[in-house]
Amino acid sequence: MKAPLFDYVNATSLDQALGLLDQYGEEARIIAGGQSLMATLNMRLSQPQVLIDINSIQGLSGVRETRKDIRIGALTRHMELLESDIVKEHLPLIASAMPHVAHVAIRNRGTIGGSLSMADPAAELPACCVALDATFELSSRSGQRVVKARDFFSGLYTTERQDNEILTQITIPKCAPQQLHYFEEINRRQGDFAIVGLACTAAVKKGLMSSKRSLKALDVVIFGCEDKPTRLAQTCLHLIGTSIDKNTITAAKQKLEQELNPTANLEGRADTKLHLATVLLERALLSLARDIGTID
Amino acid sequence: MQNTREIAFTLNGEEVSHRVPVRQHLADFLRHELGLTGTHIGCEQGVCGACTIRVNGRSARSCLMLAVQADGCVVETIEGISQSGEIADLQHEFIQRNAAQCAFCTPGMLMTAADLIGGKEPVSRDAIRDHISGNYCRCTGYHAIVDAIESTLNKRLASDKSNPHHG
Amino acid sequence: MDNQRPSDRESIIGKSVPRSALRQLVHGRGRYTDDIQLPRMLELVFVRSPLAHAKIVNINIDDALRQPGIAHIFTGADIAEICKPWNGEAAHRPNLKSAPQYPLAMEQVTWQGEPIVAILAETRAQAEDAIDHVFIDFEELPAVVDPHGALEASAPLIHPDLGTNLADEQLIEAGSPDEAFNKALHVVEADFTFGRQTGVTLEPRSVIADYNSGSRSLTVYQSHQSPFQMQDLYAQNLAIDENNVRVICPDVGGAFGVKLHIYGDEVAAVASSVLTGRPVKFVADRMESFVSDTHARDHRVKARMAVSANGRIQAFEVDDLSAVGPYGHARRFSIVEGLQTITSAAAPYKFKHYRGRTRIVYQNKNMIGMYRGVGLPIACAVGEQMVDLAAAAVHMDPLEFRRQNYIDDDMYPHTTATGIHFEQLSLHQCLTQLKALMNYDELRQEQQQQRERGIYRGIGIATFIEQTAYGSRYYGPTEARVSVQEGCTLKLEPTGKVRCLTSATEQGQGTTAGIAQIVAEELGIGVDDISVIHGDSGTTPYGGGSWASRGAAMAGEAALKAARQLQSNILEVAAALLDLAPQELTLSRSRICLKHNGQSCMELEEVAKIGHFRQDQLPADLQPEFAVTRSHVPRNDVPPYYVANGVQASYLEVDTHTGIIRLLRHWAVDDCGRILNPMIVDEQVRGGIVQGIGGALLEKCHYDLQGQMLNASMADYLVPMASEMPDIHVEHVETPTRYTQLGAKGVGEAGTIGAIGVMWCAINDALRPLGAQVKEQPFTPEVILDALKQTHQ
Ligand SMILES: Cc1cc2nc3c(=O)[nH]c(=O)nc-3n(C[C@H](O)[C@H](O)[C@H](O)COP(=O)(O)OP(=O)(O)OC[C@H]3O[C@@H](n4cnc5c(N)ncnc54)[C@H](O)[C@@H]3O)c2cc1C
Ligand code: FES
Ligand code: FES
Repeated sequence: MKAPLFDYVNATSLDQALGLLDQYGEEARIIAGGQSLMATLNMRLSQPQVLIDINSIQGLSGVRETRKDIRIGALTRHMELLESDIVKEHLPLIASAMPHVAHVAIRNRGTIGGSLSMADPAAELPACCVALDATFELSSRSGQRVVKARDFFSGLYTTERQDNEILTQITIPKCAPQQLHYFEEINRRQGDFAIVGLACTAAVKKGLMSSKRSLKALDVVIFGCEDKPTRLAQTCLHLIGTSIDKNTITAAKQKLEQELNPTANLEGRADTKLHLATVLLERALLSLARDIGTID
Repeated sequence: MQNTREIAFTLNGEEVSHRVPVRQHLADFLRHELGLTGTHIGCEQGVCGACTIRVNGRSARSCLMLAVQADGCVVETIEGISQSGEIADLQHEFIQRNAAQCAFCTPGMLMTAADLIGGKEPVSRDAIRDHISGNYCRCTGYHAIVDAIESTLNKRLASDKSNPHHG
Repeated sequence: MDNQRPSDRESIIGKSVPRSALRQLVHGRGRYTDDIQLPRMLELVFVRSPLAHAKIVNINIDDALRQPGIAHIFTGADIAEICKPWNGEAAHRPNLKSAPQYPLAMEQVTWQGEPIVAILAETRAQAEDAIDHVFIDFEELPAVVDPHGALEASAPLIHPDLGTNLADEQLIEAGSPDEAFNKALHVVEADFTFGRQTGVTLEPRSVIADYNSGSRSLTVYQSHQSPFQMQDLYAQNLAIDENNVRVICPDVGGAFGVKLHIYGDEVAAVASSVLTGRPVKFVADRMESFVSDTHARDHRVKARMAVSANGRIQAFEVDDLSAVGPYGHARRFSIVEGLQTITSAAAPYKFKHYRGRTRIVYQNKNMIGMYRGVGLPIACAVGEQMVDLAAAAVHMDPLEFRRQNYIDDDMYPHTTATGIHFEQLSLHQCLTQLKALMNYDELRQEQQQQRERGIYRGIGIATFIEQTAYGSRYYGPTEARVSVQEGCTLKLEPTGKVRCLTSATEQGQGTTAGIAQIVAEELGIGVDDISVIHGDSGTTPYGGGSWASRGAAMAGEAALKAARQLQSNILEVAAALLDLAPQELTLSRSRICLKHNGQSCMELEEVAKIGHFRQDQLPADLQPEFAVTRSHVPRNDVPPYYVANGVQASYLEVDTHTGIIRLLRHWAVDDCGRILNPMIVDEQVRGGIVQGIGGALLEKCHYDLQGQMLNASMADYLVPMASEMPDIHVEHVETPTRYTQLGAKGVGEAGTIGAIGVMWCAINDALRPLGAQVKEQPFTPEVILDALKQTHQ
């Protein structure tokens, strides 16, 4: 199919883009990498009046390091994240997630801002941002505001972003030296969205004897199950303070089953997804336990 | 109320300017307005890879870009990189191994594979498969394509070694 | 009949000669249908049914006609005025029922995606803009979706005139199956569900029709496998003189049976050109492809096998239910998948008692047609799974069980209990070769070691047969106007080069390259001295085209005959010039040579030149005949098909926690008769296997209970991509058929036929120690996990 009729503006400044957003409201659509939007246009699933191209706006792209944080411009392409040394060093969770995002030609154009704004429940980057407690900077004509990733995703393909706002920057705390992470997703083909995925970070209390070592902090996010990335707060709370062993893993899986409420889709029924999520949780905890040294 | 825009860009080394409907994707523009029919269309959804071209040196889906977005870009298509000889050895290997059957996927496959053969390091078969994992081929089963890419790269690496100043 | 190659020169047949056609294709310089632009051409899009089953109450196109760029809009009734319907009935099967099918829906729609209204505009985008301005009132009817449900007394009838949703029922019985089952020590049973899948050619179906109202002639460019079939259809159904209809199949981007059929939308495009007098282009977009390209499979099978204590198969029974959509495909019918299922399952094995039944039912889903392998992948999967179950029941190694039960080498020619005639198969040899190729015994040990570590790997083996090149005894009695003859014209050009016009068509299989090799061999010239022209009903000899793996076997034989005749014509002229007898001469390396010592006498080019320009130098009564046409059609006193065979093996790992399957290795030993070009054959087998693996693991058309297809996009219908596919090791055995001089049987479907079965066997081999078995494909993680779950309960 061919895209419906629309107008197109190649915005050269953020102000211009925000002005147009104000003017057209929900009739306008931002185009960043176009790797999701163009497909919906070609299928006539989206019929905006005007497309606002933000690709020519200076300063929206790139990965920067500050003392505590990593700042990622919304227009940063997936490929830049994948190739970035800063990301490898300070955001290892994202580094391990990126190879699962789409394929080379799509990564060359797709952007982090687009992926987060799209809010696909089975996408990797939203889940990682929730796990890493990222904050998003949203700009509009009336100024800027900051929203935590944990509050940003509100439902299926929906976010707290207002129609007149542009996501401009993502700020993620640097990974502490002792911090651990785990990322895995289940899918049938390389580069597909996940059937079920898990992104997690953890911190460990040190102790000479392995039995004394315990989890100081833990954040497990499951994606591909509910209508947005699910932070397993209860399950994590239950695990914090314990050292991971067979018993805590079994208990954690039970907690997950109470906490997670998957929706069925073509890739699986709810019970199948729930099962897969427990498998991923077990794998994540076993991997952390091996890192910590409580299980070999 | 057909919106159009004037665009100017570099296509296969030549400067091109043209008026395009803003809703037209780049693949349709290349094929139907410019007659560069080597870029194929298989899904218009970014999934099949048949429309893969190169924009500013990087592979891209031409069905997921508007023609207006090519304004100011450097665009290369299968016709361009065939004419320049850049992938002549890869094309030769494709023929030698029957790595193309109906060949509808082939231009996109070659554009994607072209990334892989310029490097200085050998690439494993798994990494080759991974790199072309966004390009659908219904006919070959991929084995011969992987063979062709692998052997092109290995031949290039071997000739670099024997001729270190070359390239 | 001799399969002897001329021994006095180097053979080209059997060599891995690269395909010259690829030179332009790898440069992006092919010419596929959508690449063609004609002056004044209109683009056509269809308004398709959003419902699976409904009455059309009213169609209002007034608003749509006022939209920018719209040239014409046609409804079913408009098209039906100039185009007769077609019907998927067969003259010799009076019980087979099918309703007449019109290009566009008339009073009712019978599947979601059925074309209803044709919109013609200056651009495709404009035509699509107008879709929202066509208003159709439907009266929704209950949809018949489930095949079992379709047969219930309460089921709504899709075509009330037929009086039933049952299209046909076929039974085969041999020996005394009931008695054999009663007496048998072991009886194994299983149910199978085969999901619906579709061909997903990368190039969508495409057609450009150009009707000239002055000369009342029609030229059609169509991405199709059989230009002759379409020429005949357009002539018959649109009432145009056949000599004024020309169908050209340019480069075709994959076909696999999808492009063998008669599609309402394509015929409507052609009719639209007749109605408007302008060229009309229709190219299906991917979403249309999913709901309108022919689908395949969708079977429910029950099977039982009786086996003796010492592991001999004694009786077999198959009960198949096949759901085929709302119509039978005209000229190709809807019963073939079912028929092949019951005639070919376990056909490589020697048992005497058999019962097979297939029932074919109509339902409100897209039509089922002849996709690569047709019913043979189902037959293979059912037969091979039952053989594995039988082997397990008597605690025999599945490979040895197969060997013991295969038809013995001294039993040929052989007719199976299922009714297939085998001239000569190489089952034992293929199996022996496979066993060595895959290191079977070591692999079994490795598998055992992995199991002890909790890793579940499976080894699957699947024997398959492939009936190729269906002949006139099969199609003739149907009165379906399907030509099973192939033809070849060879023209010697004045420079000693050759033009070859073949009725075979090319969708990437390499058939035309094989034909060039045959001609080159017979004429003693190089393959580059031959250019092959194909896919044009107006210029090449009449024939069937390409389907059922017939290219090499049939068109190759015609080419062989033509080349032998042309050779003799050339030698006759040369002999006259040299004052020798033709029998003393031969053709080699583009020269006329003495047969007894190979000494060169003159250039072929010289003979060609004299034959074309200097006939004054020839004897008065010698007419140089440098254009020759020959045909081939299988004899009426031999079976109406050739049978190729082979065996595949797969080694894979099942993650029993996630249900994900990792393919480790894959092997195939294939016997397609005489091999023209091993490289092309290997690639046919590999490509076919991956297509079959796609069907086994990934591909399924999901429908809801209302008959809505839920995954009609490439993002949701998963096809095999490079990362998950294994390297595939292929070896060959060559058992030429003696029914032709060439001896080729065909290979186009071999890989696909065996792949679903070999995956099924391998997965169940992996799961067997856990007590789990899968019964349904595709083998999604959920299917695997469900199978495992059942064992815990
Ligand atoms: C074949 C294929 C496979 C893919 N596989 C994956 C995968 O495995 N995992 C995955 O995560 N993704 C996948 N994607 C999607 C890909 O990552 C997209 O690039 C991404 O989802 C969207 O980014 P974009 O920059 O292309 O956004 P666009 O397509 O340009 O925009 C997407 C949406 O976000 C809005 N938007 C974009 N940028 C902003 C902004 N800065 N502020 C506010 N709104 C904005 C747009 O208006 C639009 O609604 C796949 C895509 C394809 C085609
Ligand atoms: S046509 Fe662009 S990816 Fe398929
Ligand atoms: S060669 Fe036909 S799709 Fe790749």
